[in-house]
Amino acid sequence: MLEALEGSQALARAVALCRPQVISAYPITPQTHIVENISKLVADGKLDCEFVSVESEFSAASVALGAAMAGSRAYTASASQGILLMAEVLYNIAGSRVPLVLTCANRAVSSPLSIWNDQQDSMSVRDAGWIQLYCADNQEAVDTTIQAYRIAERCELPVMVCVDGFTLTHTLEGIDVPEPEQVDGFLPAYQFSRTLTPTNPISMGTLVSPDFYPEARHSHHQALLNAATEIIAADEDWGEVCGRRYGGLLKTMGDPEAKTVILSMGSVLGTLQASLQEYPQQESIKLVQLRCFRPFPRQAIQQACAGAERVIVLERALSPGSGGIVGNEVLAALSEVETRPQLFNCAAGLGGRDIPLDIVPRLLDAASQATPGHFQILDVQLDKLPQEDR
Amino acid sequence: MQETTIPATNLRQKQPRFQGMTAGHRACLGCGEALGARLVTEAAGPDVMIANATGCLEIFTTSWPESAWRVPWMHSLFENTGAIAAGMEAALKAQKKSTKVLAFGGDGGTFDIGFQALSGMLERGHNVLYVCFDNEAYMNTGIQRSSSTPHAAMTTTSPPGKERMGKRHLKKDMVSIVAAHHIPYAATSSVAWPSDIRKKVRRAMAIDGPTFLQIHVPCPLGWGFDGAKTIEVGRLAVQTGLFPIIEIERGGLTGVLPIRNPRPVEDYLKEQGRFRHLFKKNDLRAQQELAHIQAIADHNIEVYELKGHGSSAFDDEGMTLVQRGGLRRA
Repeated sequence: MLEALEGSQALARAVALCRPQVISAYPITPQTHIVENISKLVADGKLDCEFVSVESEFSAASVALGAAMAGSRAYTASASQGILLMAEVLYNIAGSRVPLVLTCANRAVSSPLSIWNDQQDSMSVRDAGWIQLYCADNQEAVDTTIQAYRIAERCELPVMVCVDGFTLTHTLEGIDVPEPEQVDGFLPAYQFSRTLTPTNPISMGTLVSPDFYPEARHSHHQALLNAATEIIAADEDWGEVCGRRYGGLLKTMGDPEAKTVILSMGSVLGTLQASLQEYPQQESIKLVQLRCFRPFPRQAIQQACAGAERVIVLERALSPGSGGIVGNEVLAALSEVETRPQLFNCAAGLGGRDIPLDIVPRLLDAASQATPGHFQILDVQLDKLPQEDR
Repeated sequence: MQETTIPATNLRQKQPRFQGMTAGHRACLGCGEALGARLVTEAAGPDVMIANATGCLEIFTTSWPESAWRVPWMHSLFENTGAIAAGMEAALKAQKKSTKVLAFGGDGGTFDIGFQALSGMLERGHNVLYVCFDNEAYMNTGIQRSSSTPHAAMTTTSPPGKERMGKRHLKKDMVSIVAAHHIPYAATSSVAWPSDIRKKVRRAMAIDGPTFLQIHVPCPLGWGFDGAKTIEVGRLAVQTGLFPIIEIERGGLTGVLPIRNPRPVEDYLKEQGRFRHLFKKNDLRAQQELAHIQAIADHNIEVYELKGHGSSAFDDEGMTLVQRGGLRRA
């Protein structure tokens, strides 16, 4: 049954359905509504868990880690500065191979201070060793959260579910909240293989000498690559339960034979679809929603772009001094194919700048004018900048 | 009368006790922290789970694939031990288990970088015994000053010189800050008083709520003394009044280890290389700093009434009778 729910409210319900035993969080816009809604579920007796209202994001991640190590299913959520404050713990969680789920309500990173949406926060911790899944709408965010626990627990890896701040977290949509029995069947009670317990004492997080460190890193890398199978399986199996599937690692839309591909992540996919309807193009276009950024699905991207003459990567973050982050990785993936399409790389919607409905014609226009491989930020009012910055 | 001596090995066998931290670790000879951690885990027993901050204790007890721990133990980071312990406790509570969570940190991980996470843990009332092994500097990185380093002590980042006489600032009064969270029990102790540590650990273990124990653990390498003198140096810190042994319950002072006849601070300072610059001949600054440190000790003696009232079998008069090499001369 569809319910009109704000994204954060829907996410809180989804988290509760996963029956976490410990939740820790610290407020930050635009994540706040998620933990507020969870607190209310706890207060109303609808969710039986230890809710630890911590004194920083650093402790939020640490409490979740301690709880997972002591054998509980745990959850936390954050955004922007909070994700960066957690950064050290995020690496620690992933390196310890601890299953956890974190919602990142994507937001720009200061300075300049912006509370609005882009994906600089989660992109900045892309090398922490977490699985990263990006959601296009709130129904997908709900379903992905449930899938995330199964993926995390089967792979013994933490999963970051990335949801665009405000665009999704603060938007009301008709949501089908799954039934508890559906989730319980999909996500049975779980016992972490390395749970700390006095009856079988182990030491975790020990010092590792150069004799073993590269092996640990290799295993971690391999575990992330192997996780692709579980990500696809979770989408497929949850699809069996609820009837909704999101393409596993990525989802393609539009003309499969199209010569132009537009690839992006997150809620902008909805805008791109609407733009294609509103501004029908003469040339056929294929949209690729990159759902899974870590592990990076090289082969799936190669397949999705097969036959294309140009690929436009639209992203919501950048690496200053280098350019697009997703774009660079897609370029690297496509460099391995025989007939290599041209790649155009744009960032848009930074710090909450509106991505207008005519985004598709704008992108095509920008791509037709740009040198392939060149990165640019769309929609920059250069006349407002000092000469040397133009 | 026939002399009854029991060989030390037999004595140990007559006192079978659980060891949470076993031999074979890589601590320096005479390490006060290793002794402290052993005493705490012995008294706490096997039904515990430990969150350990980065530091000497973490490094010398574990080097993968070896570990000195016989209890479930985890090291995450330097500054999140309070939060890791809080998470463990929340999980055990959710699972309705009674295993006690212990958190171990050095003074750097407790007084400085992990201060916030500890404060949060105390404020939220987690059922955790947090033990700070206080060796008064960042020993794991090679003896740098922390906010626990005592005034005038030499470390590699507070060296004495033409313009400096060691650390310029005072030792942070951590136990008072912790007690200001109005937790049920906060106390200090010293490895020179093993029975005091055991008593306080048992006390804290029995309390359902946040408790804190700061144990003074002399560091032969960092302080500059012979590793055979750890206990003597630790004892002098207490007997001079520089490290008061106290108990604070719900914010009120409830216990003090009395020192009937305080020793002059020089007795303690001159044993250690880190205070060597205070004994330079004909140096006015050295004399001033010695007077300053004596004033700090006098202040502690007055504030905590360390000279005590009446007599008690458990005060340091009794304790000092037992020392290396037999009975103390009368």
